[in-house]
Amino acid sequence: MLKFIGKRLLMMVGTMLVVSLFTFLLLEVNGENVVVKVLGPYSTQEQRTLWLERNGYFEPAYIRYFQWLGGMLVGDFGQSIKYRAPVADVMWPRLGNTALLALVVFAIMVPMSIIAGVLAGMREGGILDRGISFFAITTTSVPEFASAVLLAYVFVISLGWLPATSAMADGFDPLQLVLPAMVLILFGFGYVARMMRAAMADVMQSNYVRTAILKGMPYRRVIMRHALRNALIAPFTVIILQINWLLSGVIVVEFFFAYRGFGALLLDASLTQDIYLLQACAMVSVVVAVSTQTIADIGYGFLNPRVRFT
Amino acid sequence: MTDLPESGVVKAATKRKISLPKILYSPVGMAGAVICSFSMLVALFAPLISPYSPTAQFTAFLTPGSTGPGGQVFLLGTDHLGRDVLSRVIWGARRVLFFAVLATGSAYVVGVSVGLIAGYYRGWLDDVLSSAANVVLSFPVLVLYVVIISTFGASAFNIVVAVTFASAPGIMRIVRALVLDLRNRDYVASAQTRGEGAFYIMFVEILPNTRSLLIVDACLRLGYTTITIGVLGFLGLGLPPPQPDWGGMINETRAMATFAPHMTVFPCLAISSLVLGLNLLADGLRESAQQD
Repeated sequence: MLKFIGKRLLMMVGTMLVVSLFTFLLLEVNGENVVVKVLGPYSTQEQRTLWLERNGYFEPAYIRYFQWLGGMLVGDFGQSIKYRAPVADVMWPRLGNTALLALVVFAIMVPMSIIAGVLAGMREGGILDRGISFFAITTTSVPEFASAVLLAYVFVISLGWLPATSAMADGFDPLQLVLPAMVLILFGFGYVARMMRAAMADVMQSNYVRTAILKGMPYRRVIMRHALRNALIAPFTVIILQINWLLSGVIVVEFFFAYRGFGALLLDASLTQDIYLLQACAMVSVVVAVSTQTIADIGYGFLNPRVRFT
Repeated sequence: MTDLPESGVVKAATKRKISLPKILYSPVGMAGAVICSFSMLVALFAPLISPYSPTAQFTAFLTPGSTGPGGQVFLLGTDHLGRDVLSRVIWGARRVLFFAVLATGSAYVVGVSVGLIAGYYRGWLDDVLSSAANVVLSFPVLVLYVVIISTFGASAFNIVVAVTFASAPGIMRIVRALVLDLRNRDYVASAQTRGEGAFYIMFVEILPNTRSLLIVDACLRLGYTTITIGVLGFLGLGLPPPQPDWGGMINETRAMATFAPHMTVFPCLAISSLVLGLNLLADGLRESAQQD
């Protein structure tokens, strides 16, 4: 098991290094581009050369890469061009806001989709299964930006129950979290519920469940004791990997509802070509994604001993 | 006892015969097929069925079903620039589907070729290609799109390249896993014995046998690509205006949704129904493939 964990961790670090190199090459290797973005299009050639000199841009690219990487490891991401402040000061609070949104989404989506998936998978092809499956496939088919428009139309314009934007301009307001969370929950729910249903339906056809039913065990006990435990293994990975998907989803939702989170910041940084901020945001999202993948792999190894030996 | 092998043959023959229209027996798959072909037909015949040009300007903010000053009828109303919403939704279908099919197709060409090569040759080549695929797949997908498109600019070509870059690794992994299984089959060994080249074996012997899984995957992926093109348009990184695409239409008009929601709601319904159709079709195809 230790060897398995070590191997996964090594792969994680390797992936992050390759991605960091990729991010660096894509955005920074062209020093001339960076300086125009920092000093603006009307700076003189002299100013640009001076700035490049002072910030070490005449060093070979590989030295700059290691300096950049080293800076990131100690939390120094450089200066944001747009906000005129250290990237770290801008980014961490935004990441906190997104973590809060993600927490709300997971706290509601995970139990909801597990229950729906189990109910649907218990009796494959039954009325309940048909209903839940249809609802799940519909909610995964509506892209986040479309469901944001449609939900805003219903709850903001027609009913007037909820605020249209979630900028939290006058301090924290839980009502403003409802719509962004609802959009993300709807999209994620369908996917997780479908996975849960498939896993449950699989287990219900297994020999040990058939045996348990045939030996006269009460149905409720069969479900709780035998079916559920085994059915929960596969969706565990799916649920953890939803964090990766959520990093994409928050870009759309935060942009739509003007929520001051990480996704909106990343989009803003890329649209204004705020190079250091964009690099930092891209790296943070990859680090989050890769570490959750590693956690999912290792956790799956714990739950299902068979995969450790393949 | 004696008719056992024969019944097996008969069974195989009948199975083969009904394998194509079997989708007809799955109501879910049929519903998907109907929705998809409706969108395809609308896209194909856009010049014939759209009442007006998608960029022609009439009176702005007309509500659905109202009549313009010249006596024209606007079934879905007009937008903030006075353009007919119905015509824009129809032409949007053409543009979105064209680029979704093009981008998904190019991702498939790359993904299938690389997957075949990695799975067939194995060894260090497979290791390199597989790790490269893992690196690309470790990006949250929209982060990757936003970074690529904002760096290289929003154009149709860049969108196709970005979708290919982001989707091909996923396709490659599926194909590679299938090839690792199929390459040990007897028909591959017999082709090798009669001296066929590696590329003939990969593309003529192995590839056709991966089709049932790849068709399901292609339907799902076409749905993802449609969403991607929509999302990029919505974020202002999509296909350039003034030609309509659904995501761009939603982004342009959403600020005015309080008093003219029809401009935003119809493109939303259009993209959602197309993706739903593709997902239902994939579900139906998967079901009928599992029954074999």
